[in-house]
Amino acid sequence: MTELSLRLAVSIAQILAELGIVIITVATMTYFERKVLGWMQDRMGPMEVGPYGVLQPVADGIKLFFKEDITPAGANKAMFALAPILTVIVAMIGFAVIPFGPNMTMDIFGITVKPFVVADINIGILYILAVASIGAFGIILGGWSSNSKYSLLGGLRAAAQVISYELNVGLAIVGVLLLAGSLSLVDITEAQAGGFWHWFIWGARPDGFFPIHTQIFAFVVFIISAVAETNRIPFDLPEAESELVAGFFTEYSGMRFAFFVSAEYASMTLVSCVAASLFLGGWNAPYPGTIFEYVGLEQLAWIEHIAWFAAKVYFFLFMFVWIRATLPRLRYDQLMRFGWKVMLPIALANIIITAITVYFFPRG
Amino acid sequence: MAVRNPIYSALALLITLFHVAGLYVTLHAEFLAAVQIIVYAGAILVLYLFVVMLLNLRQDIRYHRQWPMAAAVGVTLVIETVILAAMKGWTAPVVATGTETIVGETGNTEAIGDVLFSTYLFPFEVASLILLVAMIGAIILAKKDIGEREA
Repeated sequence: MTELSLRLAVSIAQILAELGIVIITVATMTYFERKVLGWMQDRMGPMEVGPYGVLQPVADGIKLFFKEDITPAGANKAMFALAPILTVIVAMIGFAVIPFGPNMTMDIFGITVKPFVVADINIGILYILAVASIGAFGIILGGWSSNSKYSLLGGLRAAAQVISYELNVGLAIVGVLLLAGSLSLVDITEAQAGGFWHWFIWGARPDGFFPIHTQIFAFVVFIISAVAETNRIPFDLPEAESELVAGFFTEYSGMRFAFFVSAEYASMTLVSCVAASLFLGGWNAPYPGTIFEYVGLEQLAWIEHIAWFAAKVYFFLFMFVWIRATLPRLRYDQLMRFGWKVMLPIALANIIITAITVYFFPRG
Repeated sequence: MAVRNPIYSALALLITLFHVAGLYVTLHAEFLAAVQIIVYAGAILVLYLFVVMLLNLRQDIRYHRQWPMAAAVGVTLVIETVILAAMKGWTAPVVATGTETIVGETGNTEAIGDVLFSTYLFPFEVASLILLVAMIGAIILAKKDIGEREA
């Protein structure tokens, strides 16, 4: 076997492993969201399939797989078929640059592999922004091709909303990039090593504990804009049930509907991973080093790192559900005014202030 | 074979923009490739689609006359591609010049930043001023009634 084909095989194995983790997370999220919503509303949530309803995602998957696949009369067939596929693909490929474990290398048959990141490219965060911006096309095309007024309105709302809030996401991360001096998510995470106060949400310099470069405003702007970009309550105007039936996927059924829903959960997971990597230190523990290192098990430290990363991601995912259970939907003009007149100025001011503090108090 | 729907034209533009980004990647300009997709595909083209869908232009007979011209351009490009493919290996491969070495050392994002804020600072600032003027103009056109109401 040549080196190239070996590299290809290792990469494909890595991609399949990561894809499996993402799909399992999406399936877990469908159950987790219904269960948490149920508890918050003093209900039991799904209880029928399996103990405490844990097999509900499997039952849902089988049901959706065997449902009739309807294409409405007058729909644009090619675009109608393309839209859900486009949406789910762009939601999945963003995970390629997420480092979900420490930046270590492994030798497999003489090839050096980074086991916990599929592609450590030097523009990692820009790649995620680019992929997220393409995700809007699937929603817009799905809304337009359905030949339904509700779907079209949902698609138009999605277009305007994604453009407005994408800008805030992009500007909110500029402060983090100024602190890390890199666009690679691996480098950004490594720059936050050393414990709780060195995470970029506090931004203490490597030699101190005073949170001088704090990115907490950028963090809040990022989280709110991320909720808006994934079309979640309270920003779920593109699929507002009370106004638009189901918005852009009103006419979809069966697996195509399942694609849209799993794409929504996948992009929720993606923005949770990005928020954890950028602001909460990624796989770094809130204390310096790891417990495994203290007890002399350095080779197992990666387990602790991955556990911390998973804990942070699931904290954000829980927050998404928590927000859904708490807040009512915004009106459309409120959504636009909030995005352009509140979030954008905060994000811009954060860039200026971070640039000034980094200039006068450089990091290391 | 003319495209009957402006939406298809917008999607063809999306695919073209992806190819341009691909060209940037082959030139080791990953930063430009990502910005190309974020700005053009992610923002400008979404706005195009927004307008096209809002006006709901079903069919426009005007565009059908373009196909002889499109065919002429397409045939020229195909011939050029065939000639270039046939000529592969006739010339020596291009060796890395000074710029490429610098980019390899510092990373292309830093290299673009260096050049943009030193050598090309003046054109960069002029371009941003032009954009600002265009933005103010658009706001004045959209808000024409404000001055009238006050007067």
